[in-house]
Amino acid sequence: MIFGAIVAGGIGTRMGISSMPKQFMDLGDKPIVIHTLEKFILCDKIDYICIGVHKDWTVFMDDLLDKYRIKKEKIFIAEGGDDRNNTIMNIIDAIEKKFGEDDSHIIVTHDAVRPFVTLRIIQDNINSALAYGACNTVVSAVDTIVESLDGKTIKSIPDRRKLYQGQTPQSFKMKKLKDLYNSLSQEDKNILTDACKIFLLKNESVNLVNGEISNIKITTVEDYKIAQAMLKGEKIEPDLN
Amino acid sequence: MFNYIYQLVSPGMFSVKYSYEDFDGKLVVRPRYMAICHADQRYYMGQRDAKILRKKLPMALIHECCGEVVYDGTSTYKPGQKVVLIPNVPPDEPIKGVYENYGKGSHFLSSGYDGFMREFVVINPDRTVPFNRISMDVAAICEFVSVGVHAIKRLMEISNRLSGRIGIWGDGSLAYTVCCCLRRLIPKAKVCVIGKNLAKLSQFAFADFTYIVDDLPEDFEVDHAFECAGGEGSFYAIDDIINYINPQGTVMLMGVSENKIPINTRNLMEKGLVFVGSSRSGREDFLTAVNLMEDEKFEKRLCNIIFQDEAVANINDIHRVFKTDLNTPFKTVFEWSI
Repeated sequence: MIFGAIVAGGIGTRMGISSMPKQFMDLGDKPIVIHTLEKFILCDKIDYICIGVHKDWTVFMDDLLDKYRIKKEKIFIAEGGDDRNNTIMNIIDAIEKKFGEDDSHIIVTHDAVRPFVTLRIIQDNINSALAYGACNTVVSAVDTIVESLDGKTIKSIPDRRKLYQGQTPQSFKMKKLKDLYNSLSQEDKNILTDACKIFLLKNESVNLVNGEISNIKITTVEDYKIAQAMLKGEKIEPDLN
Repeated sequence: MFNYIYQLVSPGMFSVKYSYEDFDGKLVVRPRYMAICHADQRYYMGQRDAKILRKKLPMALIHECCGEVVYDGTSTYKPGQKVVLIPNVPPDEPIKGVYENYGKGSHFLSSGYDGFMREFVVINPDRTVPFNRISMDVAAICEFVSVGVHAIKRLMEISNRLSGRIGIWGDGSLAYTVCCCLRRLIPKAKVCVIGKNLAKLSQFAFADFTYIVDDLPEDFEVDHAFECAGGEGSFYAIDDIINYINPQGTVMLMGVSENKIPINTRNLMEKGLVFVGSSRSGREDFLTAVNLMEDEKFEKRLCNIIFQDEAVANINDIHRVFKTDLNTPFKTVFEWSI
């Protein structure tokens, strides 16, 4: 089976303009997480979708599903963990409790705050995870990346042609992801910034999937303004329905 | 959901519009295969009047498209059902005696309103026709076939002597498709195709007769005619038709021209001819077209005029297919993989 895992565990305040976690802020007429969820609902290859939400917000998330009349047959909520990877592991636990452990399960993990993901990206992730076991959505690096160890001087400037910016979804064979994560030392777990690194630390390859520059992550006020600007300038259309 | 809409903002330039669309209780189709029409190409190349371009752009192109149902809140279809999309959006209330494609207040997607170059199309089930057996690359030109069906149905309503000779002026995709449809819808008719290009005419193996336009026999005659030349060729085609058609014949005008076309009205009146403008199509025509295309032989004939280009995965690919289309003699079809 193929599972969507929407990672909405954050209670962060980086946005600074709202006390609400950013995935619950409205963009247009709906919260960001609902927009993201809707893209996954439209992917008929996905059997079920699990939303990982901080325990203080699970009821709120459930209320949102009702408010926006999201059919719940394919959707359930899991409590998030201390960090992103813990939230993913909690989602995997919730999935395995419902559907059992299976080597063939695929999990498509995605940030709740990337509502501009496309169906094409999700489908490419599924195909890539089925074929290669693990994949990461990326776009070519546009800016030159510089490395600095002290934050004051440049140590090196890697060749930009070899650099990509990571996005989500990141998709995996679910059991393998869990097994690799559980085999890591606590020290390794502490330095993890994303799920793909679990595979790399264990010398497992991760395939690349083309993302879109528009698949932005809304984490700051500037991102939020960009997202709002992306939705402006619409032309009046006939009602086709 | 945020939908990606790939709009032509000015000739040769595309941009993405991100548009929120509510799909609760609605039908959502993922476009899968598309075909380019001359009308799309004229927008892309900037060959429309500047005033028209200013009025209609930005706009997503393409009105020939088939896709797959990804969500259906109307319970009409199951996910995965293949459907052809109808670009004509009729007014809320049908107008008695007027076909939906001519009704005041009707809209046409890709003419002032976004066409099908989108990530998803949220659409009324009434604007879709399901199909199963037809391959997707052929189903992409269903709208084109329905336009031929519409013109033939109108001829059948207006005229008699349908078992006689019917002439088709033109040797392009439209002439070919009208010829295919005539064979099925008026099987008794003798179909003559009159064109300029010998290589293109050789494709019309199922027509009764083919002629080079400047080598028509002196006693050549037809009872009815379809003008499928379009552009500058419309003038010569219409002039020929008026010369060779029998009295009280019906002339179906189907070729589009950007310029006004002089017509020999004296001879037209002397012969008592009926001229009928025929453009676009409606749901009934789509149903007939799908029915015809479900027949394997009919479908295979259509395959001869389809050039399938590589899939489109980004905006650069959109430019590529429009450039390919300039160099293909018939229809350019492509998979929509954005």
